[in-house]
Amino acid sequence: MSAIFKDHDYAQPAKPKWWTSRIAIYSALFLWAFVCLFPIYWTLTTSFKLAPDVMRGNMVPWWDFTPRWKGWESIGISPRLIGEVSTVREEFFKRFWNSTIISVTSSMLAVVLGSLAAYGLSRFNFRFGFMRNSDISFFFLSQMILPPVVLALPFLVLYKSLALIDTRIGLILLYTLMVLPIVIWIMRDQFQGIPIELEEAALVDGLGVWGAFLQIVLPIALPGMVAAFILSLVLCWNEYFFAALLTATNATTLPVMVASQTGSQGINWWSMAALSSAAILPLVIVAIFLEKYIIKGMAAGAVK
Amino acid sequence: MMTDGDLLHTVTADNISNNRKRLGKLLVWSTALFGLALAAWQMAFETGRVSTGFDTWRPVLYAYMLWATALCAAQVIVNGEKGKRTLFVLPAALFVVSLVVFPLLFALYISFTDWNLASPNGPQPNGWSNVKEMWNDEFYWNALKNMVYYVLAVSVEYVIAFGLALLLNSQIRARKFFRVVFLLPLMLSPVAVSWMIGKSMLEVRFGPVSRLLRDIGVEPSFFGSPEIARFMIMAMDAWTFIPFMMIMLLAGLQALPSEVIEASKVDGATGWQSFKEVIFPLMLPVSVTAIVIRIIFKLKLADIIINVTSGGPGGATDSVTSFIFREYRDRSNVGYGTLLAMVYLILIIIFVTALLKLVSRWMERPA
Repeated sequence: MSAIFKDHDYAQPAKPKWWTSRIAIYSALFLWAFVCLFPIYWTLTTSFKLAPDVMRGNMVPWWDFTPRWKGWESIGISPRLIGEVSTVREEFFKRFWNSTIISVTSSMLAVVLGSLAAYGLSRFNFRFGFMRNSDISFFFLSQMILPPVVLALPFLVLYKSLALIDTRIGLILLYTLMVLPIVIWIMRDQFQGIPIELEEAALVDGLGVWGAFLQIVLPIALPGMVAAFILSLVLCWNEYFFAALLTATNATTLPVMVASQTGSQGINWWSMAALSSAAILPLVIVAIFLEKYIIKGMAAGAVK
Repeated sequence: MMTDGDLLHTVTADNISNNRKRLGKLLVWSTALFGLALAAWQMAFETGRVSTGFDTWRPVLYAYMLWATALCAAQVIVNGEKGKRTLFVLPAALFVVSLVVFPLLFALYISFTDWNLASPNGPQPNGWSNVKEMWNDEFYWNALKNMVYYVLAVSVEYVIAFGLALLLNSQIRARKFFRVVFLLPLMLSPVAVSWMIGKSMLEVRFGPVSRLLRDIGVEPSFFGSPEIARFMIMAMDAWTFIPFMMIMLLAGLQALPSEVIEASKVDGATGWQSFKEVIFPLMLPVSVTAIVIRIIFKLKLADIIINVTSGGPGGATDSVTSFIFREYRDRSNVGYGTLLAMVYLILIIIFVTALLKLVSRWMERPA
């Protein structure tokens, strides 16, 4: 073991005890890692299976079954179909594109609106009627407890009369509303951590309030904004309830597509698995590469 | 200056002429009147009093947006520097107010009508009969009762999440790997999860879990009996959301002052003692935040239920949201569904306020 840290007694406890605790910790870690990874592994491998493989319960590719592209062909993605026209692929990419546009746009909108509001609330005192700063903050944050089901039906009727039903804009507005409190929560924490002296110096040097915000504060707060953006992206990408109620054909997102195929396909597991994999893969990749920001976003506000 | 006591002090000498103030006010009022006139005209068109009008209410929406822009611009025109400060908060406030307050008022109106989208009559106010219907609706009360179970399940999630956070915080190798892996379930959409786990892994004939159970000698049936079905839904929801609590708790653990824990070790505390007497009390504020936020998310639980069991068997797994979703989807019962949602909202507000009060009172006590 490391011989450097021998200056404390507790740095070199009794060997057997140390080993049991090590084994306990690592077995717990691997057990939970298995719990987390197995469903993803199962879905990914199932998307390469054929019916007999599913029924025999084969698990390990190249060991007890030969991977086939059949599942992926059902959404038009496979080496054989490259360059060919495929309606299912177009359908899939349309949904994928809808999901991308809607989640990215609404996350950006929420980050812009939310950062401005959070900055204002962390620097100035406002008074709208009887509402003071803490009331305004509470008003924004209290939107978090609003269950989507309360808004869903009024929005359905409103959107019908506004011809916004089954449009991307309609969903973007709702998703922005949904993630705005979370963004404000994260960003308020970020801005409170930035020393005011920086802006005071900028003001002395002749910048306006907005100039100081845009040129001085924003670059410093950028990591926090990225964190808020990614967290919003995850929530918007996975949202199902509003999308199921407010879209029909044009603006349906990936979760709606997945859900609509769940019931109808019966034992057609390979195509469902391929579709589910395709729906979760973008965020799995995001999680692997941008894990730092996600954790930063969720940790903000938890620790004061 | 109205904004005394700003954290960021600014000294401004605004000389705003009366003409400029008048211009700002004119801008707001003219756009507001324009919007109102447009709305009134469209209303008259819909009720048949005017022969020409627009197909939809979109133009009214555009007029509303014009007014909102004018209101923001007028802040700067009328108030100068102070208006520029208001401009930080005003867009978000306008956005939230117009997307929440108006629909909520509208919902309040709908919930006292007998509106069914399938009926040709449109909404007709029907007084308290929706409330009476709700009072006798066993399935709604059942769904509320289920929500209590679901919320109670948060305590188990908390214990697991705390354990995982402690594991990740201990001296281990490949910490980043485990952190990413533990985070992954949170990234997956509940709809995909409900297929991946609920519909395929728990499938009775070919699912791997069923196979495993059958090898042990248990006949698998996950969504047959009410208790097991509810437990399965809880487990799936927990699987996706445990990382959320885990990461908040991990952040809390990493922010703990290490001197205190070392001091407790020097004083001869065992691992369990230092956890019970030092770490856990210090973690209380973070724990409470994590639990409250998790409960708020839990109250919205619906996606997995809609896609795996549709509330079955016999409404045993129904959450309020999934119940209202079906009320709308299968019966197009907008009026009644909205009333149920409004009642749920009121119950949530009462519950969360009480929870926060309780928590703040409890936290004031020396731990």
